[in-house]
This record gives sequence, structure tokens and C-alpha cells, in this order.
Amino acid sequence: MWVKCTSCKENIYSNDFEDTKNVCPNCGYHFTMSSWERIHIIFDKDTFYEVDENITSTNPIGFPDYEKKIKNMTLKTGIKEAVVTGYGKIKGQNAVAAIMDSRFMMGSMGSAVGEKITRAVEKSLDLKIPLIIFCASGGARMQESIFSLMQMGKTSAVLRKHRDEGLLYISVLTHPTTGGVTASFAMLGDIIIAEPKALIGFAGPRVIEQTIRQKLPDDFQSSEFLLEKGFVDKIVKREDMKNTLSRILALHSQDGREEL
Amino acid sequence: MITAMDKVNIARHKKRPTTLDYIHKIFDEFIEFHGDRLFRDDPSIVGGIASLDGQAITVIGHQKGRNTKENIFRNFGMPSPEGYRKALRLMKQAEKFNRPVLTFIDTPGAYCGIGAEERGQGEAIASCLIEMAGLRVPTLSIVIGEGGSGGALALGITDKIWMLENSIYSVLSPEGFASILWKDPSRSKEAAEMMKLTAKDLKEFMIIDHIVPEPPKGAHEDVDKVAMDIKEKLSMELIKIKGLDTEDILERRGKKFRNLGKFSV
Repeated sequence: MWVKCTSCKENIYSNDFEDTKNVCPNCGYHFTMSSWERIHIIFDKDTFYEVDENITSTNPIGFPDYEKKIKNMTLKTGIKEAVVTGYGKIKGQNAVAAIMDSRFMMGSMGSAVGEKITRAVEKSLDLKIPLIIFCASGGARMQESIFSLMQMGKTSAVLRKHRDEGLLYISVLTHPTTGGVTASFAMLGDIIIAEPKALIGFAGPRVIEQTIRQKLPDDFQSSEFLLEKGFVDKIVKREDMKNTLSRILALHSQDGREEL
Repeated sequence: MITAMDKVNIARHKKRPTTLDYIHKIFDEFIEFHGDRLFRDDPSIVGGIASLDGQAITVIGHQKGRNTKENIFRNFGMPSPEGYRKALRLMKQAEKFNRPVLTFIDTPGAYCGIGAEERGQGEAIASCLIEMAGLRVPTLSIVIGEGGSGGALALGITDKIWMLENSIYSVLSPEGFASILWKDPSRSKEAAEMMKLTAKDLKEFMIIDHIVPEPPKGAHEDVDKVAMDIKEKLSMELIKIKGLDTEDILERRGKKFRNLGKFSV
């Protein structure tokens, strides 16, 4: 089976694609990946325990066919909401993680995503172990209107407690990280890491183009652009992510290997 | 019968009273301060120290213009990152001097432009959210016109949230909502109904705490009366918060935002 790279248009043998963790072997383009694909490449084998997997969105404003859409998304992706949360080990070190999935309604944040992220932060507080959030989101979930907006406040408020407790929070920005997610927990990491060439911004590029009526520069809102402007700490390739995270975790750990 | 779209139009009315209109009518004194100490002064957010019944209070708000010229200067009330950083600076100052913080919310949204992104619009808003969540003084926000998206919420992580009767608060504009979900911005009226963005809706959702009544056609009909109503209620609020324990305030604020959202387990 062959897959065409959306960036360099080269045909890639799909087995190669798996080996490279969904990165184009020709141009290095990082394709989006599902939450579980990411969990498999970041966490030590069989160490990740998922929590709160049954939290789902209800339909707070009675948006037509919203429940049906959620159901279809669950059938398509195998997960019930746009984020998977839990805890596990990265090279032997404990971490609580929330891993967003852009296949699920663009990774948009509604009440269920907000609640799961909040509980993940609380889990990190309870267990006193570091928190990692892998962001992948188009922003707020329109179908939940004001409730989506308020999730920005909810997640930021619980992160304030987390910060006051002196715990480590690493935010990993993957393609795409925009809107209400950028303007809340994505930008609140003690350490902010980005995958190469991810789209990261507050307003979407199309909205900006329509507002200012001019074409945007090529690398605008890319990881590299944010690094240059001073908004991310480091760009890390997918193949190096596990190693980098484990090194940062080790530098923040008193004994490094405490048991859960 | 006033529809949701009628309220959207009243909230955006060109004669709608702005933050500075209310500040000057409500407070005995107001000294405006400028700048974020990092880049520049953003005129789309104003702030400073006011006094009411002899008590100093930090007041911050989005500022729209009252005519085209003013609106160009104020960027139609759409702040850049430096606006949020100015707000944040003044809030931290309020914390230092143990003053309550009052914010007026009135923006179509944070500005979408190249410079705003270059200077970290997302980071600026996120910092306001996390800092307001932990601010060690009593806080109150009042939505006086448009509460548009994250750019509005950035001044809204407060102990109490009030809305004027004809103000709106939403995840984005009805036009934007219709355009994203139905690819048709002309269906904004339908979107406005569906979005549940009125003060009444948000009170029913228990997201806001109080609705400030307005004259039938909107606050611009009798701004003195609306300002007096806010002033009276605010005076009572200032008495109530005196002597409140800081830890209690923080715990209540934390709980208020912790409980937002509707989901099933």
C-alpha cells in the first residue's frame, strides 16, 4: 500500500510510514496521529492506564443532530471524545497525560474535553506527578456554544492550582493547535514543546486573511515561527519526543522512579 | 417579543454606552493608567484606579469608540496582546495594593492580525485566564455589550459575573457561528437564536450571577439610570466582600469555574 505525502507529494510505502511514526521519510512532514498511536510511541509498553474514558458530551444547547455526530465520530475513531487521558511511564518515569485527537471533530473542546483535561490536572495534583498535555485542536466546540468558551476558564483555573503546588506541566503542541486551546492550556506549560511545522496560533490563518485582506507569509504560525517569536521552548521531532520528555521528567524528579 | 438577534443588535448599537461612559458615571474619581511596560499602550483596553464610597478599586475594560474616528483609534474594541498584558499588569498591581478588581467586558473578540499573532495573542489571553483564576483580591466582571469569545473571557475569570439585560456572551459571533457550521454567514439570525447568548440564557445556565435591567430599547436610552443601578448594586457588593477571607474567595472562584460544563459520566 502506498500513501501520498500531503506536503512533498512523494509516494510513501505505508510500512515505512509506520516505522517512522507517521513522519514522511522523504521530507520529514509530521502527519497527525490518533491519541492511541501517540500513546504507543511515548509511553513504555503496557504502562498506560486510561481513565475517565466514558465521559461524553451531552447536548447543552440542543444543537440539531449533535448526539448523532458524536456517535458517528465514536464509531469512526474508537474513542468517545476528542481527548484520551490517563497515566503511565515514560522510560520508567511516571506522568499523567492528556492526548488530544484531531480526528474527533477537529479535536475541538467542549464540556467533555474540558472535564477530562481538568480531571487529568487533578490526577496529577493527587498523585503529585508531572502532567503532559499533547494538544491537537481546532479550538472551541461550536455546538456547545458558551459552555465551550467556559472550558478555557475551567482548564486554566485548575492549572493555576497545579502551578501553585509547584508541579511540572509540559505542553506539547502538535498540528493543529489553534483557537481556544491555544488561548488556554496549550500556552500555559512550564515547558512548551512543538512538533516541527505544526500550525499553532490563536486565530486561524483564513480568518486573519479575511480580516486584513492580505496573504500571509509562508511560515506564519508554524512551530518555527513561534520558536523565533519566543513562544515555544523547543521544537522536537517525533522520533526524539519520548527521549526529550524523559530527560525533562528526570531533571524534575526527586528520585526519578517513584512507584504509582 | 425581542429576539436574540434584536439583542445582538442592541449590544452592538452605535450609541451603546462604553466602558469609559460607565466609569465616569459610576465612580467619584478615576485615574487612567497606560501601557503594558513591554511593547506599547493598547487603546482597546482601558484601566486605572477608581473610587467608590471612599474605597479604591481597580477598573479595567474593553473600550469601543463612539464614532468612526474613535473606533479606528480603539480598534473597534478588539485588543492586541499588549492590551491583555496591560490588563494583567493592572490586576497584579491591584493584588499588590489589596484593591478589588472590576472589569467591563465589551468586545467583538481579540484582534485577528499578523502582529497580534507574532506577539502571542494566545499566550496573552491564557495568561489573563490563569492569573485571574488565582488573583488574591475580590473580582467582578460586567458584560456591558458584546462578550465575544476568548478575547472577552480574558477579563472574565471573576468571583461574580453580571450581564446587562441586552448584552451578549458567546463563543463567537452569530455570523462566525453560521459561517463555520453552515458555511453561510447570512443565517446569523438563526444562529443567534440557537447559540443561547443572551443574559437570560446564561442566567438560566447559572453561568452568570446577576442581570442588570435596561430600558426597553437598550441602555443608550437612559445611561444615567443604568449606571446608577450598577453603582447601587456595586456599593452593596463592596460592603459584602469586606472582610472576606482570601482563601475562601479563591476556593469559591475555583469551584465556580470547576463546575462549568455539561457532560455525562
